[in-house]
Amino acid sequence: MARLLSIFVLLVFVLHVASESTGEVVEQIDGEEFTEELLFRPLPDRKVLSHFHFESRVPPTNSYGHHHRLFPKAIYQLVHKYRIREMELSFTQGRWNYESWGGFDPVSSSNAKPPGVELWAVFDVSPDQVDASWKNLTHTLSGLFCASINFLESSTTYSAPDWSFQPLSSNLRYGSLPREAVCTENLTPWLKLLPCRDKSGLSSLMDRPSIYRGFYHSQRLHLTSGEFDPMASDHGIALEQTLTVVLQPDALETRGRKLQPNWSMSSLFGKTVDGKCALAKSSNVYVQLEGSLVHNMKGKGDEGLGSISNFEFSVSPDRIMKEVNSFHREHSSILYGFSIKDHHNSKPFDLGFKWNLPVTWSCVKAPLRVSRFLMGSGNERGAIALSLQSTEWSQSLPKVDHNEEKCRLKVDVFQVVPWYIKVYYHTAKVYVDGVPQSFGDAIEKLSVSPSEDKVSPGVMEMSLKLPCDLKSASLTLEFDKGFLHIDEYPPDANQGFDIPSAIISYPDFQTCMQYKQDNASIKSPMVSKMQEKRKILSYTEVLLVPLTTPDFSMPYNVITITCTVFALYFGSLMNALRRRVGEEERLLKEKDKKSGKLPLLFSKLSAKLRGKPWDPPSSSSSSSSKFISSKVVLKIVLIAAIAFGWQYYSG
Amino acid sequence: MEKPSEKSTKKQPWFWSSAVASVILRLVLIVYFPNTLNFSSRPEVSTPLTSLRRLAEGYWLKQSSMSPYAGSMYHGSPLLLSILGPLTIDSLAFVIADFITAILIRAIGQLLQVADTKSLKSLGATTHLNVSENFPSGDIAALVYLWNPLTIITCLGYSTSPIENLVTVLSIYGACMRLVPLAAFGWVIASHLSLYPVILVIPLVLLVGSGLDTPPRKLFPYIDDDQIQNKKSSNQIIFSWRRVFLFFLWASIWAFYVLILCGISLKDYSSLGEMFKRTYGFILSVEDLSPNIGVLYFFAEVFDFFRNFFLMVFHINILFMVLPLAIRLHHRPCFLAFVYIAISSILKSYPSVGDSALYLGLLSLFVNALADMQFSFFLFSGYLGTLLLSPVMHNLWIWRGTGNANFYYATAMAYACFQIILVVESVSSMLNHDRALKKCTTTVTKKVQ
Repeated sequence: MARLLSIFVLLVFVLHVASESTGEVVEQIDGEEFTEELLFRPLPDRKVLSHFHFESRVPPTNSYGHHHRLFPKAIYQLVHKYRIREMELSFTQGRWNYESWGGFDPVSSSNAKPPGVELWAVFDVSPDQVDASWKNLTHTLSGLFCASINFLESSTTYSAPDWSFQPLSSNLRYGSLPREAVCTENLTPWLKLLPCRDKSGLSSLMDRPSIYRGFYHSQRLHLTSGEFDPMASDHGIALEQTLTVVLQPDALETRGRKLQPNWSMSSLFGKTVDGKCALAKSSNVYVQLEGSLVHNMKGKGDEGLGSISNFEFSVSPDRIMKEVNSFHREHSSILYGFSIKDHHNSKPFDLGFKWNLPVTWSCVKAPLRVSRFLMGSGNERGAIALSLQSTEWSQSLPKVDHNEEKCRLKVDVFQVVPWYIKVYYHTAKVYVDGVPQSFGDAIEKLSVSPSEDKVSPGVMEMSLKLPCDLKSASLTLEFDKGFLHIDEYPPDANQGFDIPSAIISYPDFQTCMQYKQDNASIKSPMVSKMQEKRKILSYTEVLLVPLTTPDFSMPYNVITITCTVFALYFGSLMNALRRRVGEEERLLKEKDKKSGKLPLLFSKLSAKLRGKPWDPPSSSSSSSSKFISSKVVLKIVLIAAIAFGWQYYSG
Repeated sequence: MEKPSEKSTKKQPWFWSSAVASVILRLVLIVYFPNTLNFSSRPEVSTPLTSLRRLAEGYWLKQSSMSPYAGSMYHGSPLLLSILGPLTIDSLAFVIADFITAILIRAIGQLLQVADTKSLKSLGATTHLNVSENFPSGDIAALVYLWNPLTIITCLGYSTSPIENLVTVLSIYGACMRLVPLAAFGWVIASHLSLYPVILVIPLVLLVGSGLDTPPRKLFPYIDDDQIQNKKSSNQIIFSWRRVFLFFLWASIWAFYVLILCGISLKDYSSLGEMFKRTYGFILSVEDLSPNIGVLYFFAEVFDFFRNFFLMVFHINILFMVLPLAIRLHHRPCFLAFVYIAISSILKSYPSVGDSALYLGLLSLFVNALADMQFSFFLFSGYLGTLLLSPVMHNLWIWRGTGNANFYYATAMAYACFQIILVVESVSSMLNHDRALKKCTTTVTKKVQ
């Protein structure tokens, strides 16, 4: 009876638990969400930008609990263990071409990244624990993404920018590894964080050979969490994963003129989308046409967006969004949205884009064209120069402000320099249009934390104040090249060392694209990301500095020769000091009286060998030295004999 | 090196005209070749400790209200920062410093010569006096210092070593003149600027306590003659502990004063602890591995786990010789000071030719005593050779990238060897000189008897 009762109780309990868990599943579906999106954009230099955007969200732990259905557990644990408020990790190969791919729009300013690995994170811990958290984080990420992010652990590689990188963030750490090679082993763990991996949905397009064939690819992971912020308690963790690839479709050549190539998803990636990821809340593909392109097409073809004859899609767009509130009124970009909800295995989604009329346009560039280079020759010293050149964009700026003051363009420069590049910050010079400027005139704010040998890198944050009508400006800094210990050189020392990219930002400008959405119910995280106001960032080139190398092959020689010189110093000086001529002579006389036959024989022999007439030992010092040498020879022979005997009998 | 100066006239105008000519040469070089010579970037001239460029960086950091020791740029004294920092024409200050140093060396030389003659006369070794031609060693030393190409290069090379040399010579001069506060001041400032002059305390105490170089009393045990003994006792200067006590009192006062000044000038940015770490700590732990003319390229190559051991060995090598030299040469404190300066400039962590210029100048103070030094031509050629080869090898290695590190290292080794031979030879010939004096006096006393 009791047995039956217990079974019954168990049954009731199990049922209860089961009902609870089903309730939870429903709740989870409401709470966690995953969206996948893909943006295509034709680029002026006949390339196509494809930008994958995956976003996973989880509600805060205190209202939702610890168990997740969609959100990657590794990231959740990472956030909780190291109390991360915000983090961004990017793996990039190739260099973003700010000239022809644009530098002002949200996609380029948040996805153009420096080559290699860049990592920054804001921690929600007390300031003295930030470094420890950072170190642990780098090791965890290193394991998670199969990359050498753990090199960022050393305090010589990361820095704590004060104001120029992100305002008001004291717990921020920033580090980058310019030489990190990025390949599939980094992409696979990144894909593992997606609920569908690359098995279905938009991520199934990620054919490795076609991605790594591209001119530029950057995979990025951006994490924001409101877990530890009492103010934003309803904001959970949001994980944004983007992959930006610039690909070159096969160009058609007609009549000797290169036209804008037609492309389709299958021609770019060699794959098509079989349908959406079953776990994704929404799955959309967008095609963005830039404002200037739309403008140029308007000028050429007939107006009317619906019946544009310049190009056509293979699939008719589900919705068209037009940019409102654009900076340049006549240039308003258009976003065509396609939903892949209804596509499945038998009816794969393959978006094609076909140009009907040739068209040329140019992208919206950043206010200034930035490049950085090295000056000087030799391996002793040099100078870093940062050159800022105006673009047509900045030329359109008003020359005089509203308050009748001269218009000023503010430019923030954030530069991290490794310690072996010893920068003399007092040599900082700013030239505007080739004319040197006084320090206070051009530099509004400057904070420097100089590099410390083998401890910390040099960090320079500088706010430049340039006249709007400038043609070019440049900033130079002189440096000495340091010398490293033989162990500190990397295996290929003669290749040189990298100076990470400098970050240039324009605090006066913000990029933002407001799209008038025809259907407010369809919320797209990517479009809302574009609508966020962001600072315009651009990264400069990575510099390669050759350093002098010591001779790696002969540390032993150096040690022995140096020690010999020291022995020479010590021995000969000591000898000079303790020599007493009078006493030596007396000693010798006493010795001479006692001297036996053997030493006499030796001295005779040595005299014979030298070919000099033998003179009997007398009080003169020359013969005394001979006498001593023969004694020494005797001793050496004796010791050698003993050593030989020892070796012979013991061995 | 001793310059073969044949004209040993004792006329003053000759000295002054040469000295002024050397100053004019410096000024001409400064005015007409301010950038073409570019000595300031030579590793032989400016070390991480003495480079004026680093000083400018430290001054800039201080002006922008940061610690001058932030980063690893500046490793000098904060006082130097506040004196030399605001100056726009530093090189003029260095010319003046060089000139004053030369004048002080000359004064030391004259004092030494007077004392030498007096003591020799008192010993009755006048025959010896007549035998060797007596050069005006003070004038020669001052001119050797002023006309030494190494000094000129250092003066033009924007490094602070002329100032360090000046203070070091000032302390010796003060001790020779028995101006206890001046000697203590020079010693404290010199040790503050470059640490190594700390070991000069022994010659300074000997100078302050018992006076200038005299032949050793221990060598004359045979002098029994009453006359001579009376003469001697009248002349003999008893080691006065009072002056030594005064010297240390003044030294502690000056040290305290310097520390207070440093504390004030670093008040808002940094602390004295950091100052010691960044100056003395930097010297002792050899953090900067940039190649220099010393033997310390070694530390770029040595295995990391032996580093501390070798650091200790190298620094102790300087200290090891302090006591034996003091015991053997206690009767010649000026010469002892020269040997100490030479040793520390050979073995210091960041040597420059400025240090060599100082000890070469001091060496010629003893031109009479060291007249029969061995290998002097060999040493002269060796110095010339290494100092000409070293820039070539540096250029090949650093600038052209065609040479190897070992080329430069070999010249540094050769330079160290020549310096060592110079020191050893000068010490042994000074001891021989004393022996010769003794022989001379014993024969004199025997004759008298």
